[in-house]
Amino acid sequence: MEYALIFVAAVFVNNIILAQFLGICPFLGVSKKIETAVGMSVAVAFVMTIATLVTYLIQHSVLNAFGLQYLQTVTFILVIASLVQMVEIVLKKVSPGLYQALGVFLPLITTNCAILGVAIIVIQKNFVMATSLVYAVSTAVGFGLALVIFSGIREQLSLTKLPRSMQGTPVALVVAGILAMAFMGFSGIV
Amino acid sequence: MKNNNVKILLNGIIRENPIFVLLLGMCPALGTTSSALNGLAMGLATTFVLICSNMVVASLKRFIPDQVRIPGFIVIIATFVTLVQMSMEAYLPALYDSLGLFIPLIVVNCIVLGRAESFATKNRITPSLFDGLGIGFGFTLGLTLLGAVRELLGTGKLFEITLFPEEFGSLIFVLAPGAFIALGYLIVIVNKITEKKS
Repeated sequence: MEYALIFVAAVFVNNIILAQFLGICPFLGVSKKIETAVGMSVAVAFVMTIATLVTYLIQHSVLNAFGLQYLQTVTFILVIASLVQMVEIVLKKVSPGLYQALGVFLPLITTNCAILGVAIIVIQKNFVMATSLVYAVSTAVGFGLALVIFSGIREQLSLTKLPRSMQGTPVALVVAGILAMAFMGFSGIV
Repeated sequence: MKNNNVKILLNGIIRENPIFVLLLGMCPALGTTSSALNGLAMGLATTFVLICSNMVVASLKRFIPDQVRIPGFIVIIATFVTLVQMSMEAYLPALYDSLGLFIPLIVVNCIVLGRAESFATKNRITPSLFDGLGIGFGFTLGLTLLGAVRELLGTGKLFEITLFPEEFGSLIFVLAPGAFIALGYLIVIVNKITEKKS
């Protein structure tokens, strides 16, 4: 039950993009087509889950154990960067098909603030390991949901006639605002 | 020489304004601008990191091997971010609470790494300093403006000074959707102005 609550809260109520403003860059950058949006969402889900698990273990078995909490930011970002690199190498060997599909998105993920954000949130909220994992997975689902819905809207939007100064990012931002308003309807459920 | 530095400074503030023109660093721009003061503080924190990392990268560029330069830059940036984070937590705890997660996340702000990679690796220390200053001020300006618009429309206040009664404001601008919409229309206005000029 507790996990179900975390899931609903992370996907709908506190959506990582539309309510917490993390991961806006890929949200605006790769949302022009549904296929790329799906690819990005899967890649983020993959890396977010592994990264949260690894940083959680490092925080509790290394940083806390030796009183090095002030190194958190440096350690986490390095771990995430090397993790992304490693995932890329392993995928290339083990599953070339998946690598083909996700390849382009993987390097971009290092600078996706949602990954580092979730890793830090989990530590700040003092989650235990199982809760952290559920939180990471549900956040990734929320990220994917928002990204895919938004890319669907943008595909339609590209066919509409707009004033020149509105084209591209400005209108995308306004639409994102309306989408965020829709998601606000979920607040109060949990 | 002096003229050149001024040009670099203005370039960052106007021609390559990170928020309105380059569209980089959108996460903190949306996440921390619920009031003008928060936007200003976030902008200044990022400016500090930008200047320091730009200068250190510019002075160390000959010693960092090309293959590992990105991790190297990230460590340099993360060091200054940790500095900002710890001093803010110690001296400005209220501000630290309201900016929260976005302070450590300066590390992954595309502007900081982007300037280190595209400017500081190719220039000497002084121009890098001015580039950091210019881009930082441009970022701060964008954040403060967005924060001011949201605070004014949402609560009727500007830098916590009441301009009109709060009931007339619409709360939506302080909440998440208002951030997207306000930024969208600010970019439209900037586009409109630059369109006319050219």
